[in-house]
Amino acid sequence: MDRRVIPAAAVAAREDVGPAKPSRVSRREFGSCVAAAAAGWLMTACGPRRLHELSKDRLRARLRDLEREYSERYAAPVTVTDTPAMPNVLFAYALDISRCVGCRRCVYACVDENNQSRDPQVHWIRVLQMDKDRGVDFTHADPYYAPREVPEEGHFYVPVACQQCRNAPCTKVCPTGATWTEPDGIVVIDYDWCIGCRYCMAACPYGARHFNWSEPSIPRGQLNAKTHVLGNRPRPKGVVEKCTFCIQRTRDGRYPACVEACPVGARKFGNLLDPDSEIRYIIEHKRVLVLKEDINTVPKFFYFYAT
Amino acid sequence: MRSGARCGLGLGVASLLVVLTGDGLSAQGLPQRLAERIEVPPPPFSDGVFPCSACHASMKVNRTRRPLADMHTDIILTHDAEHRWCLDCHDAENRDVLHLAGGERVPFDESYRLCGQCHGEKYRDWRVGVHGRRTGDWNGHKAYLLCANCHNPHQPRFKALEPKPAPVRPGRPGR
Repeated sequence: MDRRVIPAAAVAAREDVGPAKPSRVSRREFGSCVAAAAAGWLMTACGPRRLHELSKDRLRARLRDLEREYSERYAAPVTVTDTPAMPNVLFAYALDISRCVGCRRCVYACVDENNQSRDPQVHWIRVLQMDKDRGVDFTHADPYYAPREVPEEGHFYVPVACQQCRNAPCTKVCPTGATWTEPDGIVVIDYDWCIGCRYCMAACPYGARHFNWSEPSIPRGQLNAKTHVLGNRPRPKGVVEKCTFCIQRTRDGRYPACVEACPVGARKFGNLLDPDSEIRYIIEHKRVLVLKEDINTVPKFFYFYAT
Repeated sequence: MRSGARCGLGLGVASLLVVLTGDGLSAQGLPQRLAERIEVPPPPFSDGVFPCSACHASMKVNRTRRPLADMHTDIILTHDAEHRWCLDCHDAENRDVLHLAGGERVPFDESYRLCGQCHGEKYRDWRVGVHGRRTGDWNGHKAYLLCANCHNPHQPRFKALEPKPAPVRPGRPGR
């Protein structure tokens, strides 16, 4: 420890020139404060680190541990990758409200791809049925519609998942720094650091985050063994999860599972920085809206009308 | 975390600038790479009907507009049936191809050109990947579908679908 700094002398010197100071820090008090600060620094510096701050070796070791654990539990060769964001890529999504028929194929494609719990049920995508008379109106939206056939007369459908906000309220409230925005715009969660306080769920204006109230259950043989550490790897009980734009697929250049599952082609995905992408064409040529624009979350999930 | 957020913000600002300037598009607003030939899956023929010439080669061409009674009775035309019939799209001379309004013959795997004659707006959207379903890579090889892969050309309107089950209503935790 640096012994040259002895503020008692400095304090005394100041007392000589100015009016009398009420308190005087003794050498012993100062010493114990410095010792406490040093101990605190040591504990945080040497303790466990967040996944994205781990050294390469320790991260590799952690991933191998996870792979071993999952492979044993699900009796399948599970891979856990940490594919980083591609340079010059900012992901964005667009959904054609005039096409969506509310068939929920995307919901279940997402469950299969991203290893959501079947019981208790976790769905990252919620399809809201809305009245054509009312327009986009969340207070009268119904996610539990179950007619024999869709689309129903007089209704339209708005699937809602994580909007991957650029100004994300959920990441600001996390007390442990377990959720953040990646350079490619995906808001991710480190399941190892989530303490399950659910502040982020309260902060999210779209109801896009979901909590594992019980140990998630995925039937044997239904696990998608190709996983990303910040995405679809099996989650423990007591953590929050949400859509990651299929981080395990899109960082490899593929489309998200919901895009490929949509039978009417209402779902579009691409790079906002690529002038030739579908997303850019939609933004420049179609009527586009974002949900709850007035609260300034700046979503990267756009809804549009192709007709 | 902080540096990641700052980097994301930087990219965000960059994207906004790119969106505002909107360069990279040609005068018609269509990306240059559309000049490439579009790869499509094989047309969705019913079993055993193609090549059409297998049956039609030995038949005399009857250009009279009439309800079909002997064959193809499964085809019910609800695609502007008032104004159209078979030989408006199917070629009478070469049975294995279609033809455009101007007479140019197009194979079945380029049928999108035929559809695009009337549905120009949808055709433009389809070529840039905005109409219709895409599979493959968002930044590489994209797989297109023909119009006819999703829309029955004789009855193009989508049929109603049975929805997948509704989500379970949340209960109290632990029960």
